[in-house]
Amino acid sequence: MIRWLLLLLGGALLGGIVHLATVMALPRTATQDAYSRLTNSAPVNSVTALPLPTPDTAVMPFMDPAFVSAVCRYDLTGGPLNLRVPVGPAYTSVSFYTRFDVAYYAINDRAAGRRIIELDLMTTEQHNEMPEQEDVTAADRLIVESPTPTGLIAIRTLAPEPGLVPAARAALAGARCERQDLAQAPGRQ
Amino acid sequence: MRLLLGSLFALVVAALVGLGSTYFALSRGAAFGALSIGSWTAWPRSGTIDADPYARATIARTGQLPMALGDGVSFSAKADDSGRTLDGRCDVIVSGITPAARFWTLTLYNVNGELVANSVGRYGFTSEEIVRRADGSFAVEVGPRAGPGNWLPTGGIERYELVLRFYDTAIGVATRASREVPMPAVKTRRCP
Repeated sequence: MIRWLLLLLGGALLGGIVHLATVMALPRTATQDAYSRLTNSAPVNSVTALPLPTPDTAVMPFMDPAFVSAVCRYDLTGGPLNLRVPVGPAYTSVSFYTRFDVAYYAINDRAAGRRIIELDLMTTEQHNEMPEQEDVTAADRLIVESPTPTGLIAIRTLAPEPGLVPAARAALAGARCERQDLAQAPGRQ
Repeated sequence: MRLLLGSLFALVVAALVGLGSTYFALSRGAAFGALSIGSWTAWPRSGTIDADPYARATIARTGQLPMALGDGVSFSAKADDSGRTLDGRCDVIVSGITPAARFWTLTLYNVNGELVANSVGRYGFTSEEIVRRADGSFAVEVGPRAGPGNWLPTGGIERYELVLRFYDTAIGVATRASREVPMPAVKTRRCP
């Protein structure tokens, strides 16, 4: 009897380890996470507009139907990325996610303080390698460090009422996400 | 033989306990740092790089992109203020005022996080389109039948979830109590 109780206890302890291991391993093994869902439809390092969420067209669960959104699936191994997002009619935000869909940074139009949200996205190593001189001239540019070389940028603009959807969509159509060395950044030689 | 049987027993217990608790924790949406106000719950920390392993696993499992804290905070309610599970066949009233935010949206999802099809194509309200009372408060009628005022159709589904998102708000990881965050009440009024 006592033997079986001990085995039960041992099994339960081992179960605790199994629990922790499965929880930790899940993000790495998930095949239906947001990043994987977008792998086929969103080419790398470019902005892809997502359909307005409806019961039939939502790309992922829990999307806000009041928002027109676009994504940029990025890969920084080739170099830093330059992102430019024109501000929409009401509220525009840009959220950054790691490869495993963890949000690490977000900025909205008011925090950006301009009619266009512009920033550079790079890995920590790329930021460190940036020449100091450039860092100074780039003082007015926002630099975001990505913890992972790949990830996802979600660009979202609120259409406060259905009539403003075209305006929100038009604003997002001007969003650009491209390799810094390929982008024609104004005021830079 | 006894050793084999014994270790087999222990391994079966381990698998049941381990996988069962993982499934249970993730289907309940367990994560640390929950902010509960009335029937509404938010996980502000899940929208940051400090998201705990449970939050990360839940995000991966559902396939959603969590709301980044710099963007806003998302509260969800699966039951009314008296603890009764939200039923799409009943009339539920969401009324009151909301905490300070530049914009907010109220959206209805089924248990899988999908929008619910309905005849008028309405899946939620934004703070701009809602009809308010003179004092600035509002009431949204969530139910299967059209009603006057702000009607949010449920499509008659059995269970649903309301999500109230605040954009550009001061609510965050440091928010503690309901005094600074007045959330609307959720009440089931009539059930067939």
